[in-house]
Amino acid sequence: MILEVIDESCGSGDVQQFDFEDACLTNSLELSPLEISTLQVNITKLCNQACRHCHVDASPKRKEAMTRAHIETCLQILESHKQIATLDITGGAPELHPDFDFMVIGARRMGKHVIARHNLTVQLDGHPITGESKEYLPQFYADNTVEVVSSLPYYEEYFTDKQRGSGVFAKSITALQRLNAAGYGINEKLKLNLVYNPAGAFLPGEQSALERKFKQELKAKFNVVFNELYVITNMPIHRFKKQLKQLGQFENYMTKLVNAFNPSAAQNVMCRSLISVGFDGQLYDCDFNQMLDLQVAQTEPMTLDNFNYEELLKRRIVFGSHCFGCTAGSGSSCGGATAG
Amino acid sequence: MSDYYKRDDLKRFSEIGKFGPELANKFFDYYNQATGTDSALNQREKALIALAIAHSKQCPYCIEAFSERCLETGCSPEQMMEAVHVAAAMDAGVTLVHGVQMQNHLKKLGA
Repeated sequence: MILEVIDESCGSGDVQQFDFEDACLTNSLELSPLEISTLQVNITKLCNQACRHCHVDASPKRKEAMTRAHIETCLQILESHKQIATLDITGGAPELHPDFDFMVIGARRMGKHVIARHNLTVQLDGHPITGESKEYLPQFYADNTVEVVSSLPYYEEYFTDKQRGSGVFAKSITALQRLNAAGYGINEKLKLNLVYNPAGAFLPGEQSALERKFKQELKAKFNVVFNELYVITNMPIHRFKKQLKQLGQFENYMTKLVNAFNPSAAQNVMCRSLISVGFDGQLYDCDFNQMLDLQVAQTEPMTLDNFNYEELLKRRIVFGSHCFGCTAGSGSSCGGATAG
Repeated sequence: MSDYYKRDDLKRFSEIGKFGPELANKFFDYYNQATGTDSALNQREKALIALAIAHSKQCPYCIEAFSERCLETGCSPEQMMEAVHVAAAMDAGVTLVHGVQMQNHLKKLGA
């Protein structure tokens, strides 16, 4: 049965028929939290780019940034919870936060695995307001054995620049070459993973096939190497949703996502093993819920200041129609496909 | 002409089995195996071949379906356009090579 619901994730007044919880019920899926192995922290919405599909709506004009006190609280939470093995730092361009280096070094000192969501171009663009250079980043990442995860929508200029802005592809290639020169993608301990997402209203293809093609093309044309390609689905929220509406493709795209619902991918959605932290210290089930302001469901709003691991494991994850983006086809997460 | 080639009919492709499910099922098994799997050719290469044929056969359903399939499997618009040119060149070549038949006939007629 298709239910007509008003779904917050589609914006107020958007009556539509894409009910994620109903899809889970139909497939006898109970998607409760399993663990919290990753703390994903969005430390700033400031970015040197303003990409067409950015679900954060990040840009050089954004000013939101986490306080030093909250960054220290994140580190304290990591230190006191051995179960949380990974710190995943995102933004915006997280390197534009003045305490980014402090956070990375602090987490690495306690032996945590640190992932930086690095947009590549910030290496060359530097800080969009202060002009501070960020050319040191490849060596800084290598010195601290940070896993680097970078968006590259395509192995050619056309789709990359269309999505991320004019000149981004050329700068991204230079930045990748600089990462390779620092040992990334070559040294076994220095992981460089790329993220592909479709440059339009279509679903991504199979991850391993795209990875093979990316590796072949980037090596042949630019002598660039990397470890894995994470294939992710565009989330029908914010800028991408606006684009879908402008193209008259929103209903069509949502129908594609719903028709491609994969119970096996749903079992492994990232919200079951992750907590997302906003720049203001609020907690969310994932980065997408964060951008939709759907806080973790608790009787008392939970923040970094009253973080409670056990209570969080008992929470009911907040789902919306956008969650179909994580369960379509091979599934989609910050680590790529989720279906085995 | 407006009654023909309705966009929504593409979604009803499976209904070709309405009065003959057995043959339709055999066709869909074959179709999915031939076009939707990685084997000697990968799915990306197969999508480009299908896109070229869709243009040569001038099937609007297939053009829509395989344009999207090409994108999904990682093709660029440049590669897709090149596939259409291969189809167009083949179509032109197929027409032109029949010119030899015409010339043979002219010869027969002493023209």
